[in-house]
Amino acid sequence: MHELSFAESTLELALRHAREAGAGRVVGLHLVVGEFTPLEPTSLEFYWEQITKGTPADGSHVTVRRVAAQLTCADCGATCDARDETWVCRGCGSSRLRMTSGDECFLESIDVEGAARSSPGCPSGVLGSDEARSSPGCEARWGTESKS
Amino acid sequence: MGHRVEVIEDILSANDHLAAQNRERLEAAGVFSVNLMASPGAGKTSLIERTAAGLASELRLAVIDGDLATSLDADRAAAAGAQAVQINTGGQCHLDAAMVRRGLEKLDLSQVDLLLVENVGNLVCPSAFDLGTHTRVLIASVPEGDDKPYKYPGSYHSIDAVLLNKIDLLPYVAFDVKRFLHGVEVLNPSLQSFLVSCQTGEGLEAWFSWLRREVAGLRAEVVR
Repeated sequence: MHELSFAESTLELALRHAREAGAGRVVGLHLVVGEFTPLEPTSLEFYWEQITKGTPADGSHVTVRRVAAQLTCADCGATCDARDETWVCRGCGSSRLRMTSGDECFLESIDVEGAARSSPGCPSGVLGSDEARSSPGCEARWGTESKS
Repeated sequence: MGHRVEVIEDILSANDHLAAQNRERLEAAGVFSVNLMASPGAGKTSLIERTAAGLASELRLAVIDGDLATSLDADRAAAAGAQAVQINTGGQCHLDAAMVRRGLEKLDLSQVDLLLVENVGNLVCPSAFDLGTHTRVLIASVPEGDDKPYKYPGSYHSIDAVLLNKIDLLPYVAFDVKRFLHGVEVLNPSLQSFLVSCQTGEGLEAWFSWLRREVAGLRAEVVR
C-alpha cells in the first residue's frame, strides 16, 4: 500500500528533474533501494503504470537496484551479511556491529527524450511550472502533486 | 535522441521537506515531539494514557493519533487529559508529514509542551516517513517475541529510543531481553532503552524522566 506514496513521490521527482533538463519525456528511471527499505518493486511497478498514465512518464520503465544490507564490525572491520541472524562478527566474535548499508532509497538517474514543448492550453516556456500546472490541459501532461 | 540525467535525490524528499517545516513550526512554539511507532497492540495508546497521567502536573500534552478508522484512540488520549486530534488515514498504512501538518493546524501549540504522535500500528513502513518530530520512539512488547529487530530491521533502524512494554509477562513468555536489546543496539548504537509495563507501571518513571529532560533541552535551545 505504501508503494503508492513512493510511486507518487518518484513521479514528482522525475518530472521535476526532466523539466529542469528541458526534456519532453521520461522513458526510464533508475532507483537505488536498500534491502532494509520497505519498498516492494513489483508493487511499485503496479502503481507506477496507473499513476503515470497521461504524464510525460507514461510507458517509462523503472529499474530498481537493490543494495544488500551489511553490518560492519566496529572492532575488526569485517563486514557481515545482515541476514545471518546472530549479528555477531564471524571474524572476531565481537557484537559491536554497525549497519553500513541497506537503508538506501533514492532516484539515481532518469532517461529522457525530446525537448519540452508547449502544448495547447499551457503557457509557453513554463511547461510543468506551477503556472502551467494550474492551467487546464497541462495537468495531464505533467501530473499533479502528490495528494497525501 | 535520449540521454541520461543524473538525479541522486531521496525518493521521499518532498515528504522530508514538509517534515522539516513541521519541525520548524514545533520548535518555534517550543514543543518537543515524539513519533511513536509500534505494531498493533504493542501498547501505544496505553503508554500515552500512562504518560498523560504521569506528567499531568508538569507538562501540557497533545496527541496526534493516526489510525485507519475510528477515533477510539484519540478519545482515550483526550480522556487522559491531552489535547487530542484524530487523523484517519483511510487505509494508508502510515502517517506522513502532510497528515501531521493537518493535525498541527488543529492544535493550539501555544498550550503544548510535549506532542506525542501515535503512528498507525504497523512495523513495516512508518519508519520510512519523517513526520518532523524531534525524536522517533519504537514500542515493542514481550508477546511479539525477541526476534523482531532481526526480522524488521528497517523499522528498528534509525530510532532514538525503544520501549519494551508488557515486561510483567516476562515470566510467562520465552523472551530473551538480551537478544532483543542486542539487535536494537546494533541498528542504533546511541539508543535509549526502557523496560516498562503499562499494566503495572514498572519502569515508566525512567521514561518520564527522559521526556522531561528532552522537553527541557528543547526549551533551552529555543531560548538560546
